[in-house]
Amino acid sequence: MTTLKQPKTSFWNDTGKTGIASWIFSTDHKRIGLLYLYSTFGFFLVGVLLGLLLRIELMAPGRTIMGPQTYNAVFTVHGVVMIFLFILPSFPGAFGNLVMPIQIGARDVAFPRLNLLSWWLYIIGAVLILTALFIGGGAPDTGWTFYVPFSARTTTNVSLAVFGVFIIGFSAILTGLNFITTIHRLRAEGMTWDRIPLFTWSLYATAWVQVLATPILAITLVLVMSERILGTGLFDPAKGGDPVMYQHLFWIYSHPAVYIMILPAMGLISDIIPVFSRKPIFGYKMIAFSSLAIAAAGSLVWGHHMFTSGMSDTAVLVFSFLTFIVAIPSAIKVFNWVSTLYKGSISLEAPMLFALSFILLFSIGGLSGLILGAAATDVHVHDTHFVVGHFHYVMFGGSGFAFFAAMHYWLPKFYGRRYAEKPAVVGWALMFTGFNILYFTMQVLGMKGMPRRYYDYLPEFANLNLVATIGSWILAAGLVIMLVNLFRGLLWGAPFEGNPWGGATLEWTVPTPPPTENFLEEPVVTHGPYDFKGTGKP
Amino acid sequence: MNPTRLMTTTEAIDPIFMFLFGACLLLLIGITAAMVFFVVRYHRSRAPEATSDNNGNLWLEIVWTLLPTLLVMAMFYYGWSGYLSLRNVPAGAMEVTATARMWSWSFSYPNGKTSPKLYVPVGKPVKVNLVSEDVIHGFFLPAFRVKRDVVPGMKNHAWFVASKAGSYDLFCSQYCGTKHSAMISTVEALPEAEYAAWLQEGQGGTGKPDGKKLAEEKGCLGCHSLDGAPGVGPSFKGIMGRSVLVVTKGGERTITVDDAYLKRSVLEPGADLVKGFPPIMPTIPLKEEELAALLEYLKGLK
Repeated sequence: MTTLKQPKTSFWNDTGKTGIASWIFSTDHKRIGLLYLYSTFGFFLVGVLLGLLLRIELMAPGRTIMGPQTYNAVFTVHGVVMIFLFILPSFPGAFGNLVMPIQIGARDVAFPRLNLLSWWLYIIGAVLILTALFIGGGAPDTGWTFYVPFSARTTTNVSLAVFGVFIIGFSAILTGLNFITTIHRLRAEGMTWDRIPLFTWSLYATAWVQVLATPILAITLVLVMSERILGTGLFDPAKGGDPVMYQHLFWIYSHPAVYIMILPAMGLISDIIPVFSRKPIFGYKMIAFSSLAIAAAGSLVWGHHMFTSGMSDTAVLVFSFLTFIVAIPSAIKVFNWVSTLYKGSISLEAPMLFALSFILLFSIGGLSGLILGAAATDVHVHDTHFVVGHFHYVMFGGSGFAFFAAMHYWLPKFYGRRYAEKPAVVGWALMFTGFNILYFTMQVLGMKGMPRRYYDYLPEFANLNLVATIGSWILAAGLVIMLVNLFRGLLWGAPFEGNPWGGATLEWTVPTPPPTENFLEEPVVTHGPYDFKGTGKP
Repeated sequence: MNPTRLMTTTEAIDPIFMFLFGACLLLLIGITAAMVFFVVRYHRSRAPEATSDNNGNLWLEIVWTLLPTLLVMAMFYYGWSGYLSLRNVPAGAMEVTATARMWSWSFSYPNGKTSPKLYVPVGKPVKVNLVSEDVIHGFFLPAFRVKRDVVPGMKNHAWFVASKAGSYDLFCSQYCGTKHSAMISTVEALPEAEYAAWLQEGQGGTGKPDGKKLAEEKGCLGCHSLDGAPGVGPSFKGIMGRSVLVVTKGGERTITVDDAYLKRSVLEPGADLVKGFPPIMPTIPLKEEELAALLEYLKGLK
């Protein structure tokens, strides 16, 4: 970090402190944002590596590189790392911290020290989870869902891993509280609610889900620990407990958590598309409102993970109905994004390519979600590779590609240097191709009946599994090109100055990279976030 | 085909798949086509300036809120009605109990016969009562579009009817540990007469139970190998007379495997647990003469 040649006016060095302690104990939202970026993205790479190992194991029937117990641990750790250590904390933690305060014209978040504590809690939780892999009974083998009674019986180190996730939950709750307060209290003069950029709107909706839903996860995980350590038997039918109750508790949190993962991504897309079309976003209020609608309705659909669990048919009826309701605001967003392109002036630079492919991949994921929401069809594809394909379309094709879009869109602003365009496009094209080969094939496998979490499979599934594995290599090749290009560009690339994309939100008005308290003078907002005429730019 | 024949679960579900996939495909093609067209038509090389700053249209918002609402309500309705046909077992269905345990299936028939594969007569609806002896499993028949979790302590069922003789895959769909993916079996659909013959076979005779067959059918061999390879449990090869380190009530001791130890390990699997293996073996119900035959078989394994 200290090797960067930055002007002495940016948050990289304007306080005169550049040592490691000035970072890990910093209360500056940008430094904390970058800490989150490095740590969450580091875990993303770990998760990718584990995912690639899973695909290699599955490329042919029978044992390829590992035994069944190792395979079960690897897919569990892949899920835990990707969900709890990457997607959930990364968008609010990294880009929420980096950008949100500047977007609303604030010098920092409302509680800077609490913000630092959130990152530390995240790190402590992560260390506990990593420790659980190497001590005691070994890496957990329960799947990231920790379903009882299996998770109460397995001899692997579930308790410690679950405790780590519990700690990370507090990090999410505190970040949510901090962001809600910041957005309510620290908006600059003239930053009315209908001028808040849609990325910040989506973080606001996300923050409420973090605050309201995460405590339920915390309670559930404590119950799993008490089940294992004290033998309370809450979920054990032999002691009068009910294993299906655990699934309700788990999904009451974990379904809304899906919206913690996807809402900020949707907000980011709503920021990028108008900028690269040089045209105001279509239906600003509908997009902002649909974020809130998704957050609210999305909290009531958890039972669609349980259509085959044995819960009552009435419950299936209600949850299937509500699931279709939540599809509507998502559809509204997609239609508004596409309409924004109409009569614009579209430039296909890397952030826009990632944003447009987000729309496509998210649509495929969302539409396959309708197959899962309908009770009759869900029964066949539930717990198969169809579901695995579906949520990778939404989580990776959606949140993941949006995260890459954000890296190409915002990171040059904070590093003051830019990446090369051509390798970025090549990396994107490879990832997009490999992604579809990998996950669309999985959906076909699921339709043919291949269950998920299968170490081995019947010969009839062999060809498609090989195709999926080859797709994973293309995806990985694209990812490597993208990362090398970003790394080189942000450290040694050409200077990035001013507002080359022509954005109209406040982060494009501050110096590049921004100084510690962001604004040289208090900003006064006089126009909407997508009013490109008002910026003097295009 | 006989028009009065029962509608199979596959015939009930597949048209719903077609409807949903059709509607989704149309939407996806529409969205993609519009996106690609706009990107090409309004690319900066062709459209150096935006030619509109239209930022919303109330009527469009209403239209694209209402139309998807109608569409998803139709999807919901068909999905629900299809689900009911999976739940409502036709009258006169034959009942079979499926018992799931880590990691094998056992099916028992009204006359007391059990088998590791699910044998059914063609054309007759079968109600499968689902029982788990340990953790949650999933009863999944892809060819019949049927799936239901097998939850300990809970009464669950599924039903299906095979319209053609043949062998169909049966998977465990709910993750249940090390050998989850090996917990597979088949549905063997036989013509009525063949099924009746199969059902009577080995029943009511005086034949002694076969220990080898029992070891397979009760799932023993899923965890205990015959060739000395370590599995989830210790290998059966040369088990009699072997000297092993066991954990008894928290304390360790070395014992020599004898008749009494073998018997105790089957009846109370956790009582003297061989060190290094997880305490996960369920107690498997056996009749007196079955236990004797099984022990006899185990002792003979060199």
